[in-house]
Amino acid sequence: MMRFIWPFVIFVTLAGFLYVGLHLNPHEVPSPLVGKPAPLFNLSQLHEPAKQFSPKEMKGQVWLLNVWASWCVSCKVEHPVLLALSRQNIVPIYGLDYKDKREAGMAWLQEGGNPYVLSASDIEGRIGIDYGVYGVPETYVIDKEGVIRYKQIGPVTQQSLHEKILPLVAELKAK
Amino acid sequence: MKYLLILLFCLLPIFSYAGEAKDMADDPVLEKRMIGLAQNLRCLVCQNESLASSHSELAEDLRREVREQMQKGLSDQEIIDYLVARYGDYVLFDPPVKSYTLLLWYGPFALLLAGLAGLIFQLRKRKNKISETHLSDEDAKRAADMLNPSKDLQK
Repeated sequence: MMRFIWPFVIFVTLAGFLYVGLHLNPHEVPSPLVGKPAPLFNLSQLHEPAKQFSPKEMKGQVWLLNVWASWCVSCKVEHPVLLALSRQNIVPIYGLDYKDKREAGMAWLQEGGNPYVLSASDIEGRIGIDYGVYGVPETYVIDKEGVIRYKQIGPVTQQSLHEKILPLVAELKAK
Repeated sequence: MKYLLILLFCLLPIFSYAGEAKDMADDPVLEKRMIGLAQNLRCLVCQNESLASSHSELAEDLRREVREQMQKGLSDQEIIDYLVARYGDYVLFDPPVKSYTLLLWYGPFALLLAGLAGLIFQLRKRKNKISETHLSDEDAKRAADMLNPSKDLQK
């Protein structure tokens, strides 16, 4: 009996590791920016190019920065979720139109609805690099001090919204 | 008519001439340095490709970024730090030794030592189990015959 114990223990350990590994998503790379101040930028707004938007203006508010693009397929998936959220007036959503043509971005919002207070136009994708964007859509939860508290990689779903984002927003607002 | 068509088809390659690949940087030395650096960096979109070989848009943007920083005179280390600050240690194909990468770096050696220790332990145990047996001359001869039956076959 004893001679089977060790192979059994090794088997269970290995199976445990593999089981956990099954549920990990290698595309979710932990962002080093969580817990750090959101990088500042000055970009012209999508709908009013003459006006600028800077995260500085958001000091004192909890807000979401959602990186999207008209060419982004998964953005279509999260779009209804964001639209519903914007109607609830819980937290303002600002958009970063990433590597997109202005007209295409505006047409996309016209067609699908606009959940954003406003969108900033990052045509060359440089601000995206500052934010460590590598797979659109991405969503950042930014607190009153301008610190990134959470980064959602990939589309915001009902599940991630209710399990992660909204509880965090409520907590940050109470501070 | 037929010949005209054939002639037209013969002329087709002229239009499909692709032209030379654009030289991204005017400075080939800088381009070489950029590629050298980018080979050790991971593309985040296609995760097992390097930043040097990836054709994803993000990789192109990041190569542009690296190029520009090199033109500004930043050192390789400064550029690596810049990328790590944004994308994390994940961009490095060569992860740094940190508290949470200790297992990654030294785990295999620990396993090797554990294996060796287990092997030595087992061998010692086995050595104690095997006792020397003394054979009489007759038994030894019988055993030798059994182990070497070819002599019998020749008879």
